[in-house]
Formats: sequence, C-alpha cells, structure tokens
Amino acid sequence: KKMENKTSFLPQEGEVRPSRCPDNSAFKQQKLPAWKPQLTIATVLSSFFFTGTFCLSVGVCLILSANSVREIQIDYSDKCSDCSKLRENSSNWNKECHCSVNFTLKEDILGDVFMYYGLQNFYQNHRRYMISRSDAQLLGRNVNIQKSYCTPFTTYRNGTPMAPCGAIANSMFNDSIDLFYNLNSSVIQVPLLKTGNSWWTDKNVKFRNPKSYNLSSAFAGTARPPYWQKPVYLLDEEDERNNGYVNDDFIIWMRVSAFATFRNLYRRVRRIRQFADGLPAGNYSFHISYNFPVTKFKGRKHVILSTVVWSGGSNPFLGIAYVVSGTAATLTGFVITAVHLKLRKKKTYFQK
Amino acid sequence: MADPIRWARYRWQRLISTEGGEGSSNSSNKCYQSSKTIGKHRIVIPCLGHFKEEYEKVSKLYMNNKIRTTKYTLLTFLPRNLFEQFHRVANLYFLFLVVLNWVPLVEAFQKEITMLPLIAVLTIIAVKDGLEDYSKYKMDKQINNLLTKVYSRKEKKYIDECWKNVNVGDFIRLSRNEIIPADMVLLYSSDLDGICYIETAGLDGETNLKQRQVVRGYSEQVSEIDPEKFSSRIECESPNNDLSRFRGFVEHSNKDRVGLSKENLLLRGCTVRNTEAVVGIVVYAGHETKAMLNNSGPHYKRSKLERKVNTDILWCVLLLILMCLTGAIGHGIWLSRYSEIPFFNIPEPDGKSIPPTLAGFNMFWTMIILLQKTDSTIQCRALNIAEDLGQIQYIFSDKTGTLTENKMVFRRCSIAGQEYCHEENAKRLESYQEMDSEDEDSVDRQCGSSTHMSKWRGHNCRAVNEPLNRKSLNQLSGSYPALGREDGAGDVPHSGHVAFSSPIETDVVPDAQLLEKFSQISFHSYQQSEEASSKLSLETTYITDFFLALAICNTVVVSGPNRPRQKMRVSSLGRMPIKSLEDIRQMFQRWSVRRLSSSPLPSAKESSSESPNTFVSKLSIFRMKLASPALDGAAQRAAEPHNTDSPENSQVPQELAVVDVAAGCERNSAASSMELSPLPKLCYEAESPDEAALVHAARAYKCILQSRSPDQVTVDFAGLGSLTFQLLHILPFDSVRKRMSVVIRHPVSNKVVVYTKGADSVMMDLLRTASEVGTNNSEMEQKKIKERTQKHLDDYARRGLRTLCIAKKVMSDAEYAEWLNHHFLAETSIDNREELLLESAIRLETELTLLGATGIEDRLQEGVPDTIQALRKAGIKIWMLTGDKRETAVNIAYACKLLEPDDRIFTLKSQSRDACALVMSKILEDIQKNTSAKKNPSQKLGNVSASPSTQAPAFSAGLVIDGRTLEHVLHDSLQNIFLELTEKCRAVVCCRATPLQKSVLVRLVRNKLKAMTLAVGDGANDVSMIQVADTGVGILGQEGMQAVMASDFAISQFRHLRKLLLVHGHWCYTRLTNMVLYFFYKNVAYVNLLFWYQFFCGFSGTSMTDYWILILFNLLFTSVPPIIYGVFDKDVSAEILMQLPQLYMMSQKSVAYLPSAFWITLLDAFYQSLVCFFVPYFTYYGSDIDIFSFGNPVNTAALFIILLHLLIECKSVTWIHTVVIVGSILFYFVFALAFGATCKTHNPPSNPYWIMEKHMTDPVFYLVCLLTTCVALLPRYLLRVLQGTFFPSPVLRAKHLDRLTPEEQREAIKRWKDDCTVNYRVEFQATSRSSSSATAAVSQEESIASVLPTPKTPFQACSRDGLVEDTSFLPDVQDESGNTNGLNSEKTVFLNSSKETNSDTCVSSNSCAKVSVCASQEGSSAISLAHKASLNSVLGEDDALRYFTKLES
Repeated sequence: KKMENKTSFLPQEGEVRPSRCPDNSAFKQQKLPAWKPQLTIATVLSSFFFTGTFCLSVGVCLILSANSVREIQIDYSDKCSDCSKLRENSSNWNKECHCSVNFTLKEDILGDVFMYYGLQNFYQNHRRYMISRSDAQLLGRNVNIQKSYCTPFTTYRNGTPMAPCGAIANSMFNDSIDLFYNLNSSVIQVPLLKTGNSWWTDKNVKFRNPKSYNLSSAFAGTARPPYWQKPVYLLDEEDERNNGYVNDDFIIWMRVSAFATFRNLYRRVRRIRQFADGLPAGNYSFHISYNFPVTKFKGRKHVILSTVVWSGGSNPFLGIAYVVSGTAATLTGFVITAVHLKLRKKKTYFQK
Repeated sequence: MADPIRWARYRWQRLISTEGGEGSSNSSNKCYQSSKTIGKHRIVIPCLGHFKEEYEKVSKLYMNNKIRTTKYTLLTFLPRNLFEQFHRVANLYFLFLVVLNWVPLVEAFQKEITMLPLIAVLTIIAVKDGLEDYSKYKMDKQINNLLTKVYSRKEKKYIDECWKNVNVGDFIRLSRNEIIPADMVLLYSSDLDGICYIETAGLDGETNLKQRQVVRGYSEQVSEIDPEKFSSRIECESPNNDLSRFRGFVEHSNKDRVGLSKENLLLRGCTVRNTEAVVGIVVYAGHETKAMLNNSGPHYKRSKLERKVNTDILWCVLLLILMCLTGAIGHGIWLSRYSEIPFFNIPEPDGKSIPPTLAGFNMFWTMIILLQKTDSTIQCRALNIAEDLGQIQYIFSDKTGTLTENKMVFRRCSIAGQEYCHEENAKRLESYQEMDSEDEDSVDRQCGSSTHMSKWRGHNCRAVNEPLNRKSLNQLSGSYPALGREDGAGDVPHSGHVAFSSPIETDVVPDAQLLEKFSQISFHSYQQSEEASSKLSLETTYITDFFLALAICNTVVVSGPNRPRQKMRVSSLGRMPIKSLEDIRQMFQRWSVRRLSSSPLPSAKESSSESPNTFVSKLSIFRMKLASPALDGAAQRAAEPHNTDSPENSQVPQELAVVDVAAGCERNSAASSMELSPLPKLCYEAESPDEAALVHAARAYKCILQSRSPDQVTVDFAGLGSLTFQLLHILPFDSVRKRMSVVIRHPVSNKVVVYTKGADSVMMDLLRTASEVGTNNSEMEQKKIKERTQKHLDDYARRGLRTLCIAKKVMSDAEYAEWLNHHFLAETSIDNREELLLESAIRLETELTLLGATGIEDRLQEGVPDTIQALRKAGIKIWMLTGDKRETAVNIAYACKLLEPDDRIFTLKSQSRDACALVMSKILEDIQKNTSAKKNPSQKLGNVSASPSTQAPAFSAGLVIDGRTLEHVLHDSLQNIFLELTEKCRAVVCCRATPLQKSVLVRLVRNKLKAMTLAVGDGANDVSMIQVADTGVGILGQEGMQAVMASDFAISQFRHLRKLLLVHGHWCYTRLTNMVLYFFYKNVAYVNLLFWYQFFCGFSGTSMTDYWILILFNLLFTSVPPIIYGVFDKDVSAEILMQLPQLYMMSQKSVAYLPSAFWITLLDAFYQSLVCFFVPYFTYYGSDIDIFSFGNPVNTAALFIILLHLLIECKSVTWIHTVVIVGSILFYFVFALAFGATCKTHNPPSNPYWIMEKHMTDPVFYLVCLLTTCVALLPRYLLRVLQGTFFPSPVLRAKHLDRLTPEEQREAIKRWKDDCTVNYRVEFQATSRSSSSATAAVSQEESIASVLPTPKTPFQACSRDGLVEDTSFLPDVQDESGNTNGLNSEKTVFLNSSKETNSDTCVSSNSCAKVSVCASQEGSSAISLAHKASLNSVLGEDDALRYFTKLES
C-alpha cells in the first residue's frame, strides 16, 4: 500500500501521469470486500463447543485404540551383566558373549507382532554424530568420502576407506536377538522376518550397493568400520538382497532416531504355524548375542515385543491430550457462556 | 515620527550584527563552511576572445551545470551499494555468521545454504536502491537536457544548449517565463530601467515578483549586450548557500570596479517574469548554485517504529544469546556426565576428545548460527516511514500553495463609510467552490492526476468564453520548459502572476448598488464635484477616487494577451482606432499561428532561431526612438508585428499539436470577444496577487487600467473616458511602512494627488485628524467615515479577509515641490539612502483622507480549516512556517483555524538574544499562570464532566514568531525555553522564515522533543524541511516538482493530508506495528522450537528439521502472509476513521506497540513453541521415530500455528488473505513433497527423503498437527475474544461501528462525539472564565486587528476534541454581531488610551494591547463581559509592556 500511495501520486514527466495512478479497481484501491471477524463471545461460542466436542471424541477413539495395543518390554542390560562387563573393555571385542532372557506372556498377543530393540541414553541425535554419514556412498556411488561429513570415520591410517563411513554406521547396533517359545519343555524358535522392516523407499532407492558382479568385489578396496566385526558385505550371508548397504538392520540403524531413548524395529514375527495369530501366551526366552556396549554412556538396552495399531504404539499421550484439551475447550465455552449471559443483562458498550 | 528613527537604528544595528556575526546562522551548514575555507573568491571570465587562456585555467576549477543527484553510477553501484548495506550492523552480523559457518568446527549448516538468506536480502535491497536511483537519474537527465540559449562564439549568436552544457562564464539569454538554468549576473534586461522580474517561488516560496537590477553601468546601454565585446571580469564570493547574499564586483578592462549585490544575481530555478529578454553571465553552475547548495540532499529516514524495533531486536538478540549460553552450558554439563567418549560424541580427528568447556563454546557458536539463521527474515522487513504517518505529533506546514490556493479574490469593499457587500460576487465564488469541489470529488473517486487532465480541458473551455485568455495560450505555447511543468502548467494555474487570468480572480461581479452609483458619474459631474465639492456629490468623488486609487496605486504591469508589454506603452491619444485594428490583427495572427503550426517543421525552427535576434534589434530601435516622443507611437506601431510574432514563433515548434488545438480555441475567443466585449484583452502582472485582485476589481467597474509606463498611467474610466495620469512617484511597498503610495498629477484638476494603500493598522493613524473640533462639516464627515470604515474593517478581518485601506491626499504644487526637494536629496544620498527614503515617504504619507477599504480573500484551499481541525482533534500540533510576512501569515492562520478566536496570541519579535530569552520566559510565566488559573474552575466543574480524560488544555495560546527572531531562538542557549514555550502553545506561526530556518526548526523539534514530525510543502523552499522531517509530504501544486521529488509522500491538496494521516497513517501504523510484532512472534516461536530440541540432543545444536525447509520456512512459506497482512489489513473503515480523528491518538501514543505488547507477544510465542514442540514430543516419545520424521509434524504444526495466528490477528479478511494463506500451506506441502521425493543425496547432512510422503498417509500426523495447532492458539484466541467483549479498545469499538447500518452508525458516531462534547462544554465554560483573567495578565499580546477570525465558529474550543460538524451548539450569529458593536466602542476608547501611553516607545508592539479586545470578540457574551471588566487591568500592564519594548530595542 505504501508503495502504491507513493507511486500513485508521484507524477513523472509529462503525459504519462495518468498511467501512474493505480487502476480504480477494488484491489488497488483496497476496497476489497472483506470479512471482518469481530471476536466477541457471542460470535465464537460455537467454535469452542465445536472444538471441545471434536477433541473429546477423537481423544476417546485414540485412547481406545492405544489401549488395544499389547506390548512387552524387557530390559536386558542388567540381565546380561557378565556380557556387559566383558564389553566394557574394548579389547575383548572379538570375544563372543551370549545370554538369554526368559519371560512369560500371560495372554496372547494377537495380530502382527513387532520386535524392537530399544536403547536408552544413546544420543543418536547428537549433531556431529548424525551428520557423520555419506548418503552418496550409501547410494553405491564411488565417492570420495574424504570430502564427506564422515570424519573421523572416513579412512584408516593407511588410506583404506571405510565402507560404510561415518560414526553412525560405525556404531551400528550389533546384538543379535532370537526369540524362543517354550512349549511343554520343547523350545521352538519363533520364526522372525528380518526383511521388510525398513521403509520401502529406503531399501529400494536410498540405499544401493555398488554395482559389481558380486558383493565382495563391489566392496573391494574398502574396509569395515573399526567397531564392526565383519565387513559390510557379510551382514547377511544368507540373503543376497539383504546384504551390504541394503541390509535392513543397517538401513534401520542409519535412520537416526529423534531422541536419546528410542527403539528400532528389529524383527517381525512371521505368522505361520502356532504363530499364525500372533504370539500365544506362554514362556518365552530371548537368546541374545551381546555385542553392543552401553555402559560407556550409561545406556540401557531393551528388547520389545509389541503390536501396532493405526494410531501408532502403546503411547496413550495423544489420546489423553485430546481428551484434556477437548474438556478444556468445552469448559471454557461454558464459562464464557455464563459470563456472557450475565453481562448481557448489563449494558455493554455496544448496546448503549 | 519616532518610528523611522527607531527603524533606522534597528537597520543599522542589524547591518552591524550581520557583518560581525555572519555565518552564525549558517553554522549548521557544512557546505557553506567548507567552501569558505577552500577559497575566498571565484573569478568569472567569459570564454571569449582574449580571455581564452585564462578562462581555461580558471574555469577548470568550477563545476559545470550538469547535476547529478544519484548516489551511484553504473560502475560503482555494486561495490558502493554493498558497502552501504554492510554499514547496517545487521547485515554485517549476518556476514559474520556466514563466515563463521565456514569454520569446520562449528559448522551448523551446509555452507551454501547459509548464504542464501543474506544474498536474498542483499539482492532485494540492492534492486530497490537501484530502481530508486534510476528514477533520480531519469529526473536528472530530464533537467540536464532542458534547453536554454547560450551564446556560442563559433556561430556568434545564441544557440540552444542543454542545461548541462552550460559553464561558468557562459552568456545566457532568457525570455519571459523561462527558468534560469544557473546562477548568473544580470547584464542586460529588455526592460527600459534595466530591471528584470523574477519569480522565486521555486526557491523560497514567496510568490510576489522580485526585481533584479542589471549591473550598474550596463543598464545605460541601449542595445543588448554583445558578449563579444564583454571584456570585464567578475570576481565574486565562493559558492555558498545563502540565498539572500551575493557579493562581488565587475572589473572592467580599465580597472574600474562595479559592485555586485544580490540584486544583480539571477538564481537557478527562478523564473523570468514580465521581462521580455535578459542576458546574464553564469557565475555559479550546477551543484554550486545557491539553489542546489540549499538542497541538503537525500536523507535517509528511519521511522520511529524502526528505531523502536531495533531496540526490541536487541532484546531478541539478548534472548538468543541467553539461549545459546544455555546451550553451551548444557552441553558442557552433558558432556561431563560421561567419563569416556561415547560413540555418539565424535572425537577430534586426532582421536582426542575436547574438554567440555571448549565443546560448550563451540556449541555456543553453532547455536548462534543455527538459531540466528532462522531469525533472518526480520531483516527483510518492509519497514518504511509509512507507519510514521500514524504517529505524527507535529505538522510543519508551508503556507503559500499549501494551505492557500494562492489566489487573491476581491470580496468586499467599503467606500466612504458605505459598505458594498458584493453579494453577487460572493455567490459567484461559492459557485466556483462547488465547481472545485466537484472536481475534487472526482479526484477522490479516481485519482489526482487523471482529473488534472479533465480540469485542464475544463480550463481551456472556460478560456473560450474568457476575454482574458492569455493564460491558456501561455500554457499551450510551451513556455514552461522545466521541471515537469509541461503537465503541471496545464491544470494548475501557476502562481499568481501569470495565471491571474484564472476566472475566479478576474471576474468580479460588481455590486448592484455601487454600480448604480457608478452610473451617475460622468465627466461633467465629476468635474463639478471636483470643483464645487458639494456635499451631495461627495460620495461620487469618493467612489471615483477609490477606484482610481485601486487602478493606479500599484505596480501592476499591463500587457495584452501574448503581447509584450512594451508595446502597450501607447499614448492615450490615438489609442482607440489602434485597438480595433489590433484586434483584427491579432485574430489574423492566430490564424497564422495555426497555419504555421501545420507547416513543416524546419521553417518553424528557422523562424524560432531567428526571431530573438530580429526581435531584439527591433526592440533596441524602439528604445532609441523612445527618446523622441514625437516618433514614439509610430515606432511602436512599426515594431509591433515583429514583437508579437516572436514569442509565439519561438515556442510553436515544440508543441505543434497542442498549439493547433489552442489556436482553435483562441480563434473562438477572439471572435467572441470581438463581438461581445469592447473590453481590451489586457493582462495584469502584479508583484503581489493582492494588487492584481484590486486592479481586476476596478476593472469590473469599468475603471480599467489601460497602460502603465514609468511616467504615466492610463485609466479608462467608464463615465469619464480615458484619463492619463502623469506618474510623479511611486513609493513602493515595504514591510515597515506597510503601505505604498503613488503620486500623480490629476489630469482633470491638475493637482498633485497622493493615493496610498496599506494595512489598516498603519493607515488609520495617518489620517487627517480633525484639527479643531467640529469646525468643518467635511471633517465631521471624515470622522464618521473613519469610524464606520473601521467597523467594516473589523468585520472583514473577522471574516478572514485581507484588508487594505485606501486613502488619498491632495497636495498643492508648493507642498509637492518642497517634498520633492527632500525626496531628491534622499534619493541621491549615498549613506543611509534607504533610511532617508523611508523618512521621506513617511513625510509624504500624512494627513490622508480615507476613501475606503477593501477586503480580499486569499482563498484557502478547499477543506483546509476542516482538515486542520480534524488533525488537531487527532492530537497533532500544527506549525505554520512561511516566508510570508507576518500579517498575511497570521491572517491565514486565523482563516484556516490554526489560530482560533479565543486563542491568545503571543508575538515573539526581538532584536537581541537576551531580550528574546526574557520575553519568552515572561510568556511562559503567563501561560503557566493561566493554565493554573484555569484549572480551578475546571475542577469545580469536574463532577459534571463525565470523564476526566480531557487532557487538552482549555487555555490555548498561539505563538507568532518571525524569521529574525527565529535566528536568536534557534541558538543553542534558547532552544530549550523556546521548545518549552511551543509545547504550551497550540499553534505556532513562523513568518519570514528561510528554507534553512525551516529545516533547522523541524530538526530541533524532532531531535529535542523526540517527536514525530511531518513537513508539508509545495515549493522548493520546503525541500530541506521536507527532508529533515520524519515524514515529508509534498504537495503537487503550482510551484514545480522539487518538493514532490524530495518528499516521501505526495498529495495534491492539503486537505488530503487528513485522509493521509487519519486513515492511511492509522492503517499503516497499525498494520506495520502488528506486522512487526507478528514478525517477532513468528521468529521467536520458530526459533524456540529448535531450542527446546536442544534439551533432548545433548545441547549439541541439532535441528530436527531439514535445513532447506528451515531456511525457506521464513523466506518462502511464511513471508507472504504477513506482508499481505501488513498491506491489506484494515482495522477500522476509512469513513469511521475520518469521522473520528480521536482514533488517531491511539496510534500516536503507540498503543499498538507498547513494551507490554512486545512482551506479551514474546510470551505467547514461547507458549506456542512449547506446545508446538512438546505435543509431538510426547506423542512420539519412545517410538521408533527418526529425527526428521519428528521434525516434520513439528514444522508443519508450526506453519499452521503461525498462519492461523495471523488470521486471529487480522482485522479484516479478504479473498487475498485466504488465497495467500491457503497458498502458503499448499506451497509448503508441495515443496516438502517434492523435496522429499527427489532429495536423496544433494543435501548431505540432512536427508528428509520420503518423509512427507510417509506422513501424509499417517493419521497420527494429522492428529498431532491438529491438536498442536488448537492448543497453541487457544489462549490467544480466548484473549482476543475476552478483549473484544470486555475491554474493547476505541479501535475495536470503532470497528464495531462498521457493522452497523448507516443510520445506526450515524447515531453511534454522534453519541461518541457527544461523549467528548459533554466534556468540552464543561471545559469550555472553564476556559471562558479563565480567559478573562488571562487576558488581563498578558503583556506580549500582539494585536492584529485585521486578522479577526471568521464569525462562523465562535465555539471552536468547545469542539476541539469532539465533533466535526456539530453546529447545534453555536450561538446565534445575530446575537454575536450585536455584541461586537458594543465591543467596538470599548475598543476605540481603549485604543486611544493605549496610543497615548506607548506611542513613543512601541514600534513592534505599538498595538499590543489591542488583542485583548480582538480576542474578546469571539462572540460569547460571557466572555465579552469579562473583557469589559478586565480592560482596566490591561491598561495597568502598560508599564511592563514598555519595559519589554525597551529591552527589545
């Protein structure tokens, strides 16, 4: 408007003056029809009640659905204390350590059951940690990772580049967890799916192995990251399509979590045989190959079995928040209605 | 008789003081000082002949006439612009951040992204600067390429040259109405007396013509000066900006020196008037001209809001630093928790870990980069001075052309004690007014300029029926070559002198009664009355003399339409036959012009280039012949055809098409005038518009001034035929005598007659007083006439008319001879010539016989009083700064209601600084006394008043100060007391102020009072003031484009200021403050999101949002809606704002941008960011969400919150708002989707690949966004609702009015006003009571008897804060007039007594006490009663008064 104001009156040389003035349109003259909301109680009452009702109903739905989630979470950092002590000393890195954790399901977990590993106090979202990766390398391109953000996990002293480079990859979660079902003293390994856990786009677009006739040659000339026990092309020796960069566990780990306490999807229960409907109630045990040290950062490790509903996991917060804010809005609506009714008898300014 | 001596003393003192302490007034100007030190003199040598070598040596040092006001050139634009931009701390800071981001350790962003906002901001500003500069460049180019005639040595004649090619030492020849391209010394004028008239309106705004004198020694030359033969050199002072001074001398080849003064200098930017041709030599050119030096150049203005915003930005930065510090400390603590390096803390390349403190410090920098980056859009803010319009506290207004139309119109007259109301005339004026207002309405409807076109056409058509159509021809013939006047000239009549043909001014409808009396006058009866002086015909004599005086007693120059005036010097004999012949010839001529215009261009050009020379040679012949009277007539007749051809021909080729049209018009008019009117087509060009008005008035009564030469005046008097008066003397007007006289020999009686015309304040004292009581009938009559005339004068003054008294004196030859002797002595004396002349004049102007009085209206522009009143009600103080003389200024001030009837006027007029200080402190004391006295009654009545909120002091004072005193006042030591004084006054009028003083005054108020100032003016003399003020408004008027170019806003009329301030100012201010607050809110809210995240990422400086989106969020997704908000928001409709000026006060007090508002906004921002972060946080807590998937809902919710927040704050929502807000949201989603789909690697650290796509299919995402938005906005929504219901601000209440039906609305507004009015009635009663006592105490009151305000609005004070058009409260006008009668008798008594007491001491305040009476005539009987009571005490104050006048002298 300022500009218009100025230019409209600012005459230029000679005859062109008429053309400098804004058109006599509603837009230029700022006479557009306008909705002028008058925020008074009378006009907005309905919006409060509407919001309140809506929030309450959504909240109830959310709470109900969150309640239907079955979840079991087991902290195994203490239960495998021997192993954790062993891992405190980094010189023992190649020593294997196993432990098993037993638990009982009191009722069936029906439906798709997801198995997560959870880490506590692991700051994956630390700025310098989370930038320490090379997306280009993970796309299978032959890039000079020296120039990437991977430092200091780019190359070894001798110049051999790390594959994959960067701190994220280097610190990959490398415990392996198996679930066993103890049915009448016989131990049945619960069939778990290790693929299909990551996002489809990650697996098929964002992560690509370097092109070569076989994987080991593709990674020739590179070395595994220092904390890894085996090179990247041996991450899954059974499944060619789950090996190298496109390994699901690796992909999931590379998706940096938002908070220091987080869980990552590890396996899904394959719904066959006894487990067709999910996990039946009974005794179970996790067999864990304990590799990932957490004592260094006072972290904890969990293994989690959970189902999933449309509204996410078992976190009831959203539902509660909806209910609370819905209630608040409705209450406010009532209060201001009362105030309004009381004041309307008195003369407010406008009615004067 | 003491007056002249005192005056002489004063002049002497002043002379000494200016010589001693010169430059003190100019000390503020660096330019002046620096030039003073560089070199004292400049030598100007013509670039001709034997001087050539020296010329080249000397003139290299001087600038040529090319001007460049642009800041950049094509080459220097980039470096210089960048340099200037990095002068802004903010930009430098951002540069620093960009550089910091290159340090690997603290690199928070990808390096390239970091530069994006900075580059965007720099580019936008650079483009804006570039465009602005380009328009200046275009303007410069236009001016530089104007053509003027410069003498060329090669061709031995004057050729057309561009202004820019004019050099110092060039000879320039100018014709009438041409603009002077450079400062030059006048060497030749076609005028016989070596005089050249110039109009300096473009420079100092004074509209009367100024005389300039050819350098002594050259004026005697008969022929035009030949540059080839010019062998003198000119030495003058170095360029300086003092318009009123020029010193130097011409050294002839024989070493004779002739002094030069400012009388010899033609200034750049002025226009040559009334003079056919002048030749001058350029002494200063281009930027060294006085006009340019007076232009202080472009001036960067920062709005008050911007200044305030800057401090708030500091707060924000502080907040930011605090946040960063928190981050740093937090990071340190977080790190120290770990005994050894965890995986996720990347060690240094050398494997060692950095200590927590250092890490914390690094984090600090990182955070600064991170958080500040997102804050960057606040840089881009569109702050301008526009919002200052909403906060104006002071308006400084020019008078001429700004408040007034600068058109003097004859309204009334009183002859021999008999008043002639000229009702017909008044009706005519009214009808013109209507016509004007119709025009103006269409201005409102469309826009100013388009109607200019229609007006222009209208004028032309009007001109067809106009006998005097010179103007239209003038306009069309392209005689205004400069400064965008090509268009301006068409519609607006230029200032008075040329455009006197404006019908409003020229058409005076005679009063029927007077006309009848007129018809009785015949030559015979006149002669009879002259001799017999019978009582019956006394009135006839008076009338005759009155009109003769009107016609003769002036310096009006007569010229025919498009004819130079020389040829009008026709002896009265033989005039009649020529006249008709002339008409025929003129008609023929017009035909020929028309033919010429259609003829091929080359021939026209030829004639144009040739004509001046031929013309000049003819002229010179004519001049020589003039010496022998016998040949006179014939010679002139011979010269005529050529003369008349030349000015037109030279102008024709420039505007062929236009002339074509014009010629058509002209032909019509010529024909019609031939048929209908025997009146000759005469054109009067006067030094002051008043004179012209009077001459035109006389003309309406068929007393037509036919011609004027230095020694005779011819008047065509209806009943008497043509009379030729021998002109013996003209005693010109000066501001000391306030009158002018002509001495003539009457052709009938053959007696020496003096006609005097002057301000009534001085004239009344010069009248012949009855020597012996009641001896003579005629003397009794005289006395009666005097009384009655005085009454009429008072009446006129009250109507806001400019009054003049006309008087006459018949002298015997002996008396005259004696006086002449003295006068001759005075004229020839070298020392004190001026003083002696004054004395001589005073000796002549005594014992006058009063003939009558006239009332002239300086028409105010339409709607000025209303505007001023409305602005007043809006709490704005208005000062009038004018170059005009005091009477005029005060008169206008009253007429436009700047000063009001019950205002008490203090006049500050002192010669020395000490006296000035004393007077000021005395006035202050008075005012304080009065205000405190006033309080008592108002407290008594306080319980009646509904609200105690009326802060405006009921006691109101006005201050009048003149230029010389201003000089003292502006001295450092007096500034404070002066400001204190002005703060107490409601209005300040500064007269005789120079442009520099104006700007100093504005700067003073601006800096010392920290007030928002607005300067409004239309002439170049206002440019410096306009530039200094916080907001400069140019009026696109009659005086060229300089003011408009320098201004920040341009309006076409003063009354538009009302809308500009009350409506647009209010809007701009509220819009921009809201926008600024919104920007703060937006940035704080958004930045805090990142901050909260730091608590969950070890204070490591991670952002959960992708960097691109982070930066584009402010740059793209949320930048347009607030701008739309800042552009389109209207809280209250224009109509309501216009009707309720009080609303302006809200913004004036910056209600919308109080610190509390700022902090509340910040608090709200904090709250919203908390909600916006923690709702998603808790929702996703413990899940497998990744960092960017978490950031996405946070960011999206933030977008919704920020945009919907805007919607809550918006006062009006149009489809544009909807489009923009919806568009922003859509754009965000489209961008995020597109970015998510394509970005795999090209954004290395962050990678939002497919996240948005994933979320779009996830209901939780929507639910989170929805809840977050609702919860975040709920408090503000509730707050606004509660505010709207329970504590509606005036603005909200006004907004409510918009929704009512028209009737309800009118009702409501009236009620609203009544609220205020009730207060004011009470207040008013208080005032009236106090003013009675107040008047008694005042000693510095100045009486301007002639400036009594109009009777229409005696109750201004009561409605000061209240209604606009409520007239119900006005008392009966009848009532009032009766009242006045009573008062007048009081007054005369009082006047006599006061004269007795002070006559020997007072000059400046010789009528000081009168005002108390004037003030009392405000029409309220209560007041007048009080005045009667207080008169005695006024007289008692006389001693104090004398004390002060002594001090002053």
